[in-house]
Amino acid sequence: MHHLCALDDVVPGEGLRVATVSPPVAVFRTDDDEVFVLDDTCSHQDASLADGWVEDCRVECPLHASRFDLRTGEVDQPPAKRGVRVHRAEVRDGEVWVELSTAAPNLPPGVTAGVTTATGVSA
Amino acid sequence: MTRHVVVVGASLAGHATARSLRDAGYDGALTVVGDEPHRPYDRPPLSKGFLDGSLSAEDLALEDAEEDLGATWLVGQRATSLERTSAGPAVTLDDGTVLLADAVVLATGARARRLPTAIGGDLAGVHSLRTLDDALALRADLVPGARLVLVGAGFVGAEIAATAHHLGLDVTLVEATRTPLAGPLGAEVGAAVAGLHARHGVPLHAGVPVSALLGAERVEGVLLDDGTHLPADVVVVGVGSAPATGWLHGSGLDLDAVGAVRADRAGATAVPGVWAVGDCAAWWDDALGDHHRTEHWNDALHRPRAVAAAILGTAAPAAPAPYFWSDQYGVRLQFAGRRHGDEVLTVEAGTLEGGDALVVWWRHGTPVAVLGMGQPKLFNRWKRGLGAAAVAA
Repeated sequence: MHHLCALDDVVPGEGLRVATVSPPVAVFRTDDDEVFVLDDTCSHQDASLADGWVEDCRVECPLHASRFDLRTGEVDQPPAKRGVRVHRAEVRDGEVWVELSTAAPNLPPGVTAGVTTATGVSA
Repeated sequence: MTRHVVVVGASLAGHATARSLRDAGYDGALTVVGDEPHRPYDRPPLSKGFLDGSLSAEDLALEDAEEDLGATWLVGQRATSLERTSAGPAVTLDDGTVLLADAVVLATGARARRLPTAIGGDLAGVHSLRTLDDALALRADLVPGARLVLVGAGFVGAEIAATAHHLGLDVTLVEATRTPLAGPLGAEVGAAVAGLHARHGVPLHAGVPVSALLGAERVEGVLLDDGTHLPADVVVVGVGSAPATGWLHGSGLDLDAVGAVRADRAGATAVPGVWAVGDCAAWWDDALGDHHRTEHWNDALHRPRAVAAAILGTAAPAAPAPYFWSDQYGVRLQFAGRRHGDEVLTVEAGTLEGGDALVVWWRHGTPVAVLGMGQPKLFNRWKRGLGAAAVAA
């Protein structure tokens, strides 16, 4: 698993972009302290979902308002056509760890995962 | 009973209309007519990612790979007239085909305004940017080191300037009005946004109209009203757009001064069975107390749902607040709401000079519009609070 951040780094009700894994992920913490980790880049265009509005266990893309389910990554409405990957998250001793999905990411056209420069701590 | 819907226009609004009709349960015949030879594609990247070559034409497709709307697509065909018949509205195409429909949705969009031929508007090397083919032609001329002059420093001109600057061209902007973007953003904020050009070393001549584009066959320069001569290898004219509604004169539709089709809150026009949506339409706006053509990508995507609901007699979804965005020099600009020009404005984060401001316009103590310059999180928070008396920031 990869270490992403401390739970306290994530403001409840908001997202945090973590770019130590590639492609970057967004860590969301609900008001009930549930933690979800999704690919951070909207599948439609280059926008950071961590900047999006979180409500009803969905995050709304800050650019065009497609909403992604925090549990499944599924998208509810255009312009995004594809969901984003979700990653299995775990909180241990106040730290957020993740098991990255092995599925291919649904990155938007023109955005590549780039070279793997992941510096997250493996465990 | 609606059995055949004809959508005239195969861009964002036309495609969204077809999709919204199917989403709302319409299972009758559906015909989509488009005068460009392409299936629906997304236009905003034409001045950005498509222009710099990072996106392909396939990347712009609006249709899902597996999407099948069960529509007949007549692309590369132009509608030439709209008539009322006893059986309903009828659309005639340039090849003589007559499409009889129960409902016609006009979504023909707009065409780029050009400069007159008399002042060099059709010289080689002079471009406008509205279509995929326009973008391909312009892209071929954007050679590093070439001198590019943009006539018009609105959002499209500014985006092309930023893209061309990034590609290594020698870029200059010319704007007839004193402050670019003063219309949508007001003078103070418009100047701050236009300041992005100066921050990247791209000169802007504002308040000086163009008197002529110079050259024999190919453009060689731009002459300004004050006598300034700007040498140019390529010129892009970005001076706005006009509704593509010339073919509708005499149809009985109510067209406004610029030719937009006047329609009600759900796109219904003066002619029964005919709706209009997207850049060719001016919908009634309760907040403005007038018809208004928004030209926003977001409205072209969302308003067709209201049109589909009106055609089918189902419940219409709530319309989102006016919203647009622009990407320039790596800065994402986002605007939402309605400003009339007499609001009080505050800078809630960042600075105008620094190019990272979050600007809020207030009317009687209520936030009515917001602009973010690279402030997506704060922008969306304020956007949700527009119209409410207090915002938790």
